[in-house]
Amino acid sequence: MRFLPSGDSALVVEFGDTIDAEVSARVTRLAGRIAACAIPGVRELLPTFRSLMVFYDPLLIGQGELMAAIAPLAADSVAAAAPGRLWTIPVCYAPEQAPDLTAVAEATGLGTDEVVRRHAGITYHVYMLGFLPGYPYLGDVDAALRLPRRTTPRTRLPAGSVAIAMAMTAIYPVESPGGWHLIGNTPVKLFDLAADPPALLAPGDRVRFRPIPQAEWQAIAAAVAAERFRLDPEPLP
Amino acid sequence: MSTLLVHRPGLSTTVQDRGRFGLQRFGVPTSGALDPESYALANALAGNPPDAAALEIRLAGPALEVEAESAIVALVGGDTPLAIGGPAPRTVPPGRSVRVVTGDVIEVAGLRASSTAYLAVRGGIDVPAVLGSRSTFLRGPFGGLEGRALRSGDRVPLANASAPDAPERALPTGTLPKRPDTLHVVLGPQADLFTQEAIETFLAATYTVTHEADRMGIRLEGERLTHAGGFDIVSDGIAPGAIQVPGSGQPIVLLADRQTTGGYPKIATVISADIGGAGRLGPGDRVRFSALDVATAEQRARAHHRALKAALARIAQATVGMIDEAALYSENLIHAGPFE
Repeated sequence: MRFLPSGDSALVVEFGDTIDAEVSARVTRLAGRIAACAIPGVRELLPTFRSLMVFYDPLLIGQGELMAAIAPLAADSVAAAAPGRLWTIPVCYAPEQAPDLTAVAEATGLGTDEVVRRHAGITYHVYMLGFLPGYPYLGDVDAALRLPRRTTPRTRLPAGSVAIAMAMTAIYPVESPGGWHLIGNTPVKLFDLAADPPALLAPGDRVRFRPIPQAEWQAIAAAVAAERFRLDPEPLP
Repeated sequence: MSTLLVHRPGLSTTVQDRGRFGLQRFGVPTSGALDPESYALANALAGNPPDAAALEIRLAGPALEVEAESAIVALVGGDTPLAIGGPAPRTVPPGRSVRVVTGDVIEVAGLRASSTAYLAVRGGIDVPAVLGSRSTFLRGPFGGLEGRALRSGDRVPLANASAPDAPERALPTGTLPKRPDTLHVVLGPQADLFTQEAIETFLAATYTVTHEADRMGIRLEGERLTHAGGFDIVSDGIAPGAIQVPGSGQPIVLLADRQTTGGYPKIATVISADIGGAGRLGPGDRVRFSALDVATAEQRARAHHRALKAALARIAQATVGMIDEAALYSENLIHAGPFE
């Protein structure tokens, strides 16, 4: 673990420089402990793949004092924070919802059914949210499905797009530009201004995908639009 | 409802307040005023609490017709005056409040000595708070007026239908924030991913702000900075004022609407006291970087806060017989925000 200053009002607590579930778990655990301690002057915590960014008010606490408060919490002998939640998110992998599925099947040498089977066969870890409000970075993707980003990003792709690139899979919460490979779509809202918190997922959660046919996608989409759909997570053991 | 009718929207005029806090872990940037000092001063001149929603104006300003019985407005943005058109045309010098009435047209032309200005209206801009803030986040899109910049024909809702016939307020001389020629930084968090030569170049060279300058950040052009290894890192958090350097070797200063996370090395971070200065920069401006240690940056944060508080207190004291605004402004102005 090392401290890296990012100016005089943010401090990075870095645990590694790779995408690694254990590094990520240490980040999430530290975030939980700092939140529980309510250190005066700490304003906001931002967990990422490999580090925790701690935003603080330099008028209330100095960086030296902040590091002294955090250092004992970063030791992994301290009891872990509460575990995350397990979400099962319905995804339609039908061709009309998956513009890149055929290309991914060709690039990987797997059939489209096998791509879907492998993508939906893993319980993913939510490493972090970023890029856009509610945008989750989920990993790790099956080794056979790892492809670089598309050489030409799309300027617009639909909300709910389920995408892969390298070892990550993600869901675009809103219509957005994007360079990942689109292999499915979920009707579930990943970001909802009316919800508290507004993002469905949080760092440390687990996610699995449940393949659904187009008819079920439409039924859920209609229920979401009518505000009659709610997805509940299961607690993690 | 009392409104400002948009005759001309300006280049990019958005509703902003202090920002949206506590949601960066969900990928929601803070947004809020790019230049917190000018924003706070404009609100004080208009007789507002320090967190009232105001219009943020970039480069070229709007023309707005007053559709309220009366209103007190104030513009703070470099040396830019306010022109009042309509039945009684007049010019208001920079850093003054003015009382306007129905039919007056508030006009802000090209900004001078800053790329960012704030038009505060007594009572504030009355848009609904979204996730705890009235700030516009254009890529959301949410907050402000439908999550977007003003357009011709919009009606900007005002909280107050009329304003008292109060004396004009003026900023103490010498307190108008201007565009800086130097931004102070703390090196890091990833200064070690650059060559020693790149760090020296970064601190010696003069950079020019390109036309790619908006609320997300300002892209600079100048001497190329060389990474010691690759320029793709595993994404981590981005603080306000972080200066990231992509493969082009040209630095980008990230501002209020920045992505919360990113995968380019960040050579340095602008200190909190100079964030407003970074927000005042625009295309064609030239800027240098000067490195400080964290302890000095913290001293500057305190000095900056004291100076702003003093300026605000003097504005408030200049007006007699109104609410106890000195007490209002004695709270922590620039850095306050919900804790978690």
